[in-house]
Amino acid sequence: MRDVAAPIVEIQNVTKAYGKLKAVDDVSLAIPRNAFFALLGPSGCGKTTLLRMLGGFEHTSTGRILIDGEDMAGIQPNRRPVNMVFQSYAVFPHMTVADNIAYGLKVTGVKRAAIASRVEEAIAMVRLDGMAARKPDQLSGGQRQRVALARALVKRPKLLLLDEPLSALDKKLREEMQLELVRLQTEVGITFIIVTHDQEEALGMASEIAVMKEGRILQIAPPRELYEHPTRRFVAEFIGASNSFPCEVLAIDGQNARVRSPLLGELTVERSAPDVTSGTLIIRPEKVRMDFSTPEPTPGEALIRGTIDQIAYFGDLSIVYLTAEDGSRLQCSRYNVSRIAAPDPRPGTACTLGIHPEDLLLVGD
Amino acid sequence: MLGRSPVGPLEYTRRLWLRLWLLAVFVFLYAPIVILVVFSFNDSRRNIVWQGFTTDYYVRAAENASLIEAFGNSLIIAFVSTILSTIIGALLALGLWRFRFPGRAALDGAAALPIVIPEICMGVALLVFFNRVGFPTGMPWPLNLAPIVIGHVAFSFPFVAVVVRARMIGFDRSLEEASKDLGASEWQTFWNVTVPYMKPGLIAGGLLAMTLSLDDFVITFFTSGPGTLTFPVQVYSMVRFGATPEVNAASTVLIVVTVLLTVIAVRWQRPDKEVAKLG
Ligand SMILES: Nc1ncnc2c1ncn2[C@@H]1O[C@H](COP(=O)(O)OP(=O)(O)O)[C@@H](O)[C@H]1O
Ligand SMILES: [Mg+2]
Repeated sequence: MRDVAAPIVEIQNVTKAYGKLKAVDDVSLAIPRNAFFALLGPSGCGKTTLLRMLGGFEHTSTGRILIDGEDMAGIQPNRRPVNMVFQSYAVFPHMTVADNIAYGLKVTGVKRAAIASRVEEAIAMVRLDGMAARKPDQLSGGQRQRVALARALVKRPKLLLLDEPLSALDKKLREEMQLELVRLQTEVGITFIIVTHDQEEALGMASEIAVMKEGRILQIAPPRELYEHPTRRFVAEFIGASNSFPCEVLAIDGQNARVRSPLLGELTVERSAPDVTSGTLIIRPEKVRMDFSTPEPTPGEALIRGTIDQIAYFGDLSIVYLTAEDGSRLQCSRYNVSRIAAPDPRPGTACTLGIHPEDLLLVGD
Repeated sequence: MLGRSPVGPLEYTRRLWLRLWLLAVFVFLYAPIVILVVFSFNDSRRNIVWQGFTTDYYVRAAENASLIEAFGNSLIIAFVSTILSTIIGALLALGLWRFRFPGRAALDGAAALPIVIPEICMGVALLVFFNRVGFPTGMPWPLNLAPIVIGHVAFSFPFVAVVVRARMIGFDRSLEEASKDLGASEWQTFWNVTVPYMKPGLIAGGLLAMTLSLDDFVITFFTSGPGTLTFPVQVYSMVRFGATPEVNAASTVLIVVTVLLTVIAVRWQRPDKEVAKLG
């Protein structure tokens, strides 16, 4: 029995080079057991490459990958305790749903009787009851994906890899499948590693997220921490929206820093990480207070005067785009909490923005 | 003519001269074949004017020992060369489709050569080849068919390769990866995933190879040893002594067999629904 607290996946200084290009660049990462882990990053940042190295479809150029404590070097995909849901689903077109799901058991010599019951169980688990005899061309995209999921889960892997599983589905179905994937993960208790470029998807599903950029991992954190405590400006801007202010660090004091910003004046703010000694101040749009009357600062609050440029109305919230007095562009979101609230202000209206220093964060560039 | 759109340039059903042209094309294409078939039922030895209906010449053809022997030879040659050229052609197609290696483009071109080389050149080349290498002649039946089989394989496997390659273009490589991911070995993956996908191409290519082999005259003529006859060669020698309805009857049988095989080949070649939809 292995140590339950030990991570299920350990990636140690893994690099994958295609010629000069380093698709994955010195990545180290430990994924805890039973996690719903997301690899998040813009297109081309190396997410798929990293996932395919876990599946055994690409070799590492340097570094080690351990799965459940075992070095995976030289182990072929068919010998790894890992299964993958491909981006194209890769459901076998000439086999029925049941045959697709049974395939992985048949080729590894599982007994016929055991196969039947396990396939039935898997079909029920992904809610494809009554479709066992259908061919893939008689299924919708969402149903084909369920087949791909069942086919992988029926093997009871230690790790399930999913490459952009929701990108081919329309919005409604995507939201439904997000909930479904989380339900499945809790139900089967297998570690899921999902690759996505969609930050909402990652925030909504994952227990932990690794943000990648150009082959490197910038930050690994649970969704809330990632949003409220991004350590790098790239992370802050990739996940959700943010306003940033250039600043000069005057003094460092433990967790905090004394900074001076041309727009906000002198403030004490939190540093996002111990190694951040310079950088940019950021604040999330919903944490900016907007006021149209004469400014009346609450204690400690910094005030900015600005003019409204544009308003985007989304129903649940409106995003107001402004230009501050020094010409920098800011945004501020307002929830439309009441049906009979005053309408959004018009472009050109002057307003005051209130910013609490505790909502600001000093992030590294 | 209210409510009718102007006639499009290629709307042949609505232009008289195009319709006549079309008719002429069909007449030129099919009249000889129709006449051949009709006159196989002609009750006349000289077979120049219609004398009345009979199936006698089919019976006569069936009783013609050398014709039957030639037919048997043709079937054996077609069978063996189809299997060989299907295997070689499919392997060639897979190799070219899957791997990148130095000389790939050259091999690709060279493999298509037998399709474009005039048959007569190929026949002469094979004749010279068999002479040069001192291929044993006068072997007992059925070994005497070997040079013909080799010749047929040489010119028909590229056709199989072309058909199979066309089929593999639509193949999603992640199907193979998924198979391996699910625990299958390379070999299991090949048989369970790749071959089923290739199957329509294999069957279409195989049937193509078979029709090519069945009715080949030129290459067979050059590669067959003395006294080894195939059906087309035998028909040719019968025609030289006068085109009796027996020749027509024999030819009709060959036409029917070839057409049937071609129809089946075309049907298999048609992308089946499930694959087409998945893309
Ligand atoms: N087989 C390959 N050969 C060469 N370059 C590759 C190959 N696979 C991926 N790349 C490159 O590696 C980088 C990362 O690709 P990928 O992992 O697919 O990114 P992502 O999944 O994050 O969009 C890209 O720049 C891509 O062009
Ligand atoms: Mg990708």
